Amino acid sequence: MIRARTVGWLGLAALTLGFGFLYAPIVLLVLYSFNASRLVTVWGGFSPRWYGALLHNEAFGAAALTSLEVAAMSATLSLVLGAFAGFSMARFARFPGRLVFGFALLAPLVVPEVILGLSLLLLFVMCQNWFGWPGRGMLTITIAHATFGVCFVSVLVRSQLAGFDRALEEAALDLGARPWTVLMRITLPGISPALVSGWLLAFTLSLDDLVIASFVTGPSATTLPMAVFSRVRLGVSPEVNALATLFLAFVFMLVALAGWLMARAERRRRIT
Amino acid sequence: MALLEIAGASKRFSAKTAVDEVSLSVERGAFFALLGPSGCGKTTLLRMIAGFERPDSGRVVIDGADVTGLPPYARPVNMMFQSYALFPHMDVAANIAFGLRQERMDRRHIAARVEEMLALVQMEDYARRRPHELSGGQRQRVALARALARMPKLLLLDEPLAALDRKLRAATRLELIRIQERVGITFLVVTHDQEEALSMATCVGIMDRGRLMQTGAPAEIYERPASRFVAGFVGEVNLFEGELTAGFNCLALAVTGLHEPIPLPSGTGLPEGTAAALAVRPEKLVLSHAPLVGFAIAATVSSIGYLGGGSIIHLATPQGWVLKAYLPGTAAGSLGRGTPVWATWPPQEGVVLTQ
Amino acid sequence: MTGLGRIGRLMLIGVPFVWLTLFFLLPLLIVVKISLAESSIGIPPYTPLFATDGGGLKLHATLANFALIAGDDLYLRAYLGSLGNAALTTAFCLVIGYPVAHAIARSQGARRQLLLFLVVLPFWTSFLIRVYAWIAILEPNGLLNQSLMALGLIAAPLPLLNNQFSVQLGLVYSYLPFMILPLYGSLSGLDQSLVEAAADLGARPLRIFLGVILPLTLPGIAAGSLLVLIPAIGEFVIPDLLGGPDTLMIGKVLWDEFFNNRDWPVAAAVAVVLVAALAIPVLAAQRFLEREHAA
Repeated sequence: MIRARTVGWLGLAALTLGFGFLYAPIVLLVLYSFNASRLVTVWGGFSPRWYGALLHNEAFGAAALTSLEVAAMSATLSLVLGAFAGFSMARFARFPGRLVFGFALLAPLVVPEVILGLSLLLLFVMCQNWFGWPGRGMLTITIAHATFGVCFVSVLVRSQLAGFDRALEEAALDLGARPWTVLMRITLPGISPALVSGWLLAFTLSLDDLVIASFVTGPSATTLPMAVFSRVRLGVSPEVNALATLFLAFVFMLVALAGWLMARAERRRRIT
Repeated sequence: MALLEIAGASKRFSAKTAVDEVSLSVERGAFFALLGPSGCGKTTLLRMIAGFERPDSGRVVIDGADVTGLPPYARPVNMMFQSYALFPHMDVAANIAFGLRQERMDRRHIAARVEEMLALVQMEDYARRRPHELSGGQRQRVALARALARMPKLLLLDEPLAALDRKLRAATRLELIRIQERVGITFLVVTHDQEEALSMATCVGIMDRGRLMQTGAPAEIYERPASRFVAGFVGEVNLFEGELTAGFNCLALAVTGLHEPIPLPSGTGLPEGTAAALAVRPEKLVLSHAPLVGFAIAATVSSIGYLGGGSIIHLATPQGWVLKAYLPGTAAGSLGRGTPVWATWPPQEGVVLTQ
Repeated sequence: MTGLGRIGRLMLIGVPFVWLTLFFLLPLLIVVKISLAESSIGIPPYTPLFATDGGGLKLHATLANFALIAGDDLYLRAYLGSLGNAALTTAFCLVIGYPVAHAIARSQGARRQLLLFLVVLPFWTSFLIRVYAWIAILEPNGLLNQSLMALGLIAAPLPLLNNQFSVQLGLVYSYLPFMILPLYGSLSGLDQSLVEAAADLGARPLRIFLGVILPLTLPGIAAGSLLVLIPAIGEFVIPDLLGGPDTLMIGKVLWDEFFNNRDWPVAAAVAVVLVAALAIPVLAAQRFLEREHAA
């Protein structure tokens, strides 16, 4: 382990420049969401008017609702499937198809989104052709998001299981608990940080996805990123600034919550 | 009938035989210690009794019932794990109650039993604490209480004192004995520490490389080891290798390098010419500054280690051996490095070993 | 897991396996299938693979789409352009990310946790929004140009947007956290006593860096590079929002073929070639990860 040492001026410079680069656009966005003037370059005074305009924007409102619903459903689906998958990979050393399974759990993380979107759309079109179902819309977006969500959740679950003390499960068995009880009362609570952060990660990724949703959606379903994208192609918009700031605040709270929960669980687990 | 009977148990892990045809029996109410160096198979044997490993052959019988095929949750056995394995998301009371909940005991009985267990290990004030808030010794007591809560017929303890510091170890040893006598449950302890085993147990089993070498009361193991391994593993020993031959009016051991053969204890009923070893414990050695009548070995003191209650003296012999002697109190005061001495012992104090 | 039972095991493996086969592996096969089809008017806008044709089943496969791709140098340029951009992005991320990761690894306790949190936070906030933010900064009336003009450093606005520069900037900006985290992982596991031993034996800081630190953090560098390079090749949003007419990246080409030209078979063919090209590093990454897990 790198022992505690001062960072040094070179390190400090690196940190300042690096984080400055990462956060400058975000900070500017937040600032200009309160700009009374429409133009980015003119500071017209502090004003929350764009937030008001945003709240009255029905298109954005509907899109936001759609996004939240899809995100919640796909995150839950991702959690269940991803937990199953992570468990299988961590605990079952050999089974037929393990190589393919492992590949299928990893590849979606690196395959470009356009390809994921395209392939899923082609699948849905083919299904519609043969079975007359499903109509493309919220359902197909949910399925698409759940598919790449599974991969993320499985990685988290797998690595948390790898560090899980098997002796706890054996102790539970020894004390008379059947394997199902052990799973429910000991193992799952033990990997709860992975489960919580997995759900939140899948939720955020779903909320944020543009490309895949664009491919697999139907006429009835517009997600928030899609609405923002079509607006933003026309140029800078102060309402989008306001939306961006709200979104940042929302995600910030979510991540802080997740971090707090995980830290609490870590403190409990840390028996050194 | 013995409480635990293991008959011919064996277990292999790929190329390695962890447990090799082990048969042992533990009496009801005994405090049994399974002692051996790391890798000897004692932990595997323990896990076979608990149900975490299935023996490839042989049987495990507890209180007359064959449990060999039963999973851990179906056996009347509970285990105190080396790492304690306390459930981190439950408080102390919930940990102890866990096994009772699995028995579907009713709530008031559970609460009463938990109280009882907490009192037994003297942790009454800690019921609401979480494991990460406890010290190592406290966690161990909770682990013990949890394992005893179901009143199993047999309690297994995996290296119970290994994680404790020296002082705590001594105190915990007495605690374990006290608790065992209180509850009357049969204890089986696995350990690599012979001091632990000999001081706590009523019966000790020594294992080496998967085989059970000897079982018996601690004193018997120490005074009457049945093999070179046991003699060397438990305590210090002086070992002489040689051949049985006729001595003055008894059998003796002819050892290369010694003019005279070493007189053996009477009652050694082995034929002349048998290859054998003689084991002599350091405290049996008698040292004198002057040559003695009868058998003695000449040596020089090479080092003296004062232990508080006595001293371990290492003697270098012209044959190139290093003998170990133990003198109580300050008797070693008259000796210094390089002092020539003569070492001997009463023949009855030696143990003849053929294995 | 002692005795979850065969059914339990079957379900644990089977359910996600079936899902991924249905919704990941199968669609990829369908892409291949359609890349062999012909574009046609109608819904869906491609010819079916098998068709009953009087006598029996006939296979209607054609490699015309692949020939088209091979023939038109637009696609080749797009592939190479994507690869070039992605490689450049990886290099920049490495150069910027390494010192940052190193500085974080050198920090202690709560400060280190805070810094890590700050690195991860942008990743959790909207990708689209962060890219959009750069438009406001880079456009001719944007913040950067206005500031530079106000400071008198330039007379007329610089063309900072809708070109290679803005695309590259956007790529580096978006993928930087993906490089920093694996690098941090490697650096934080570095045994400081090795560095001290090298110093004790007389090595200068640069030598120590090149000879000790860099080689030992190679796994982190490899992981970070993979996490940046592969997704960056197929990136669509950044070239679309920040790029210009001369920006040629394969993700955008695929999108245009599909949505604008409505030529699904060609789009599918483009995708097939892209996946084939990417398959090798992905498999390598999986082997790498399996080894890490086994170790």
